[in-house]
Amino acid sequence: MRPETRALVLHLGVIAGLAALYPLLPTYHQGNLTRILVLAIYATGYNVLFGYTGLLSLGHAMFFGAGMYGLGLPMQHLGLPALPAFVLGTACAATLAAAVAALALRTAGVAFMIVTLMFSQAAFLTILYFTTWTRGEEGFVLARGARRIAGLDFSTPDVRFWTAFALFATALLLTLWMARSRFGHVLVAIRENEERTRMLGYDVQSHKFRAVVISGAFAGASGAAYGLFFGYVGATFASVQYSIFPLLWVLLGGAGTILGPLVGTAFMFYLINWAQDLTSAYMLVAGVVLVLLTLFARAGIVGEIRKRWLGWLP
Amino acid sequence: MEFGPHLVLAILEGAVGAAVLALTALGLSLVFGVMRVVNVAHGEFFMLGAVMAWFVAAAIGGHPAVGFIAALVIAPLVAGVIAMAADWLVLKRVNYDPEATIVATIGLLYIMQQSALMLYGPEARPVEAPFNSRIALPWVEWGEAGLQLYYPWGFGTTSYKLFVIVAAVVLLLAFWAFLSRTRFGLVMRATQLDRETALAFGIPVETVYALVFGLGAALAALAAVLIVPIQQAHYLMGGDPLLLSFIVVIIGGLGSIRGTIVAALLIGMSDGVISVFFSPTLAKILATLLVALVLVFRPQGLYGKTAT
Repeated sequence: MRPETRALVLHLGVIAGLAALYPLLPTYHQGNLTRILVLAIYATGYNVLFGYTGLLSLGHAMFFGAGMYGLGLPMQHLGLPALPAFVLGTACAATLAAAVAALALRTAGVAFMIVTLMFSQAAFLTILYFTTWTRGEEGFVLARGARRIAGLDFSTPDVRFWTAFALFATALLLTLWMARSRFGHVLVAIRENEERTRMLGYDVQSHKFRAVVISGAFAGASGAAYGLFFGYVGATFASVQYSIFPLLWVLLGGAGTILGPLVGTAFMFYLINWAQDLTSAYMLVAGVVLVLLTLFARAGIVGEIRKRWLGWLP
Repeated sequence: MEFGPHLVLAILEGAVGAAVLALTALGLSLVFGVMRVVNVAHGEFFMLGAVMAWFVAAAIGGHPAVGFIAALVIAPLVAGVIAMAADWLVLKRVNYDPEATIVATIGLLYIMQQSALMLYGPEARPVEAPFNSRIALPWVEWGEAGLQLYYPWGFGTTSYKLFVIVAAVVLLLAFWAFLSRTRFGLVMRATQLDRETALAFGIPVETVYALVFGLGAALAALAAVLIVPIQQAHYLMGGDPLLLSFIVVIIGGLGSIRGTIVAALLIGMSDGVISVFFSPTLAKILATLLVALVLVFRPQGLYGKTAT
């Protein structure tokens, strides 16, 4: 088999595996798998920017939050139906990403990280500032009756899972397609050597811009889906912690690999779940994992597998 | 007698904030200037200082002044040693690569913060000030009957707050003297200017890095010991000083000590004034947006020379 076909078969296999796994799991883990898939969309979007383009953002929570509030606020205050609200949420995140990209991409390296961090912090504080509508840290619950699209009721776990599954599968195949397209190759070229890519005549700035917008739209879709599925919108999801999470997931799973974000999200989800049972200081685990990853496994799980055994993994 | 007195109070509160901020941000600026390392865990060293101050005060007991003086010595030492260990165990091993150090210090942030949650608990605990007498301020105003003196007029400050301002100024001057008059200060500046040449002249750059990282953390801890009798010690208290120090260091110009001090005064004062008249959240929104725009349009800050 050609490497391209092999990769396609592998990824379709993973998707089929997820579908086959679901009915076998106990109810508790079924719920976890749904959450993991929704968050893996977020990680996949983060990976487009960090893994493929080589831009480390510390402010993705603002896109996740824009998706969530872009869906939640109109549903809560204007009675907007769920489907247009979902589209609106994703569009909000993409628009915010475009605005942030226009400014932040004028900087590079450490300055880019700090600028994204600062914008994200300003967005988080803005949510707190308009407490009257957003209910601040406390958040608000989306009414059960409103959380349905064309007969699909998102308060039932099965509907939630299969919708999350469909969204994640779309995200995964989209990134796979992107990574193999001309556009994806230019992104990798920018990551490896920005100067040379510019010299070869590629418009580096516009490629980076599109990468930020795509990444932000994925994060927004994930945030909107999270709000819609689990019926809660709160400022925590726009806080710094939610900017660090996708970085952690992608680093753990393997930056610049298609399957890395899913693997990292699943691992970290269960690791943090396990730590939560032990202590209220569960974020300690996240800290230790971050330090260990930078010290010993810079490529992450899937990245190490690719390095050692499967060189053809996209 | 409405706006004026409130402004005076706001400026006074702002000055206390600015004094502590200047010390904290100086630590961050020093580490960035010499090592080119963005220490995201800086706020946690601040928190560590405050928590240590509580532990020391609780362990020693007796007059609050005794515990306070002990904390002034012990807290920066502990923070410094922990920072040096972190430098040696983690930062040195990733060769101070900018991205890796940021990720690693985010990890350190969570490790320190969550350890504090486990060992110290989720409560906010007060530390008693060594002395704390109220000082009523006089207010002079041009009224209907000519110049009128209001004293006391209901508001005032405490002697401890004034002490914090004075102490911060003394510490900043001492630090400046240390940097410009001592041999170690010279070695540090040489390393900052040119790491390779410093190495060629036999300066043990790795040791200098470890000491600078420790010194930066110690400055944050020292600032926290000063402020903890006014605020309270809490395991999440590191977030705000980190954010504000970032803002100050960037607006002042990355790595410029003079810029850091000027920006700390500017940001600390305006934060205090805006917080009193509008809302603290609004003040922070404006400051964060300002810093993002400064980085985008004037990356060298107020006093910096080169963009990074």
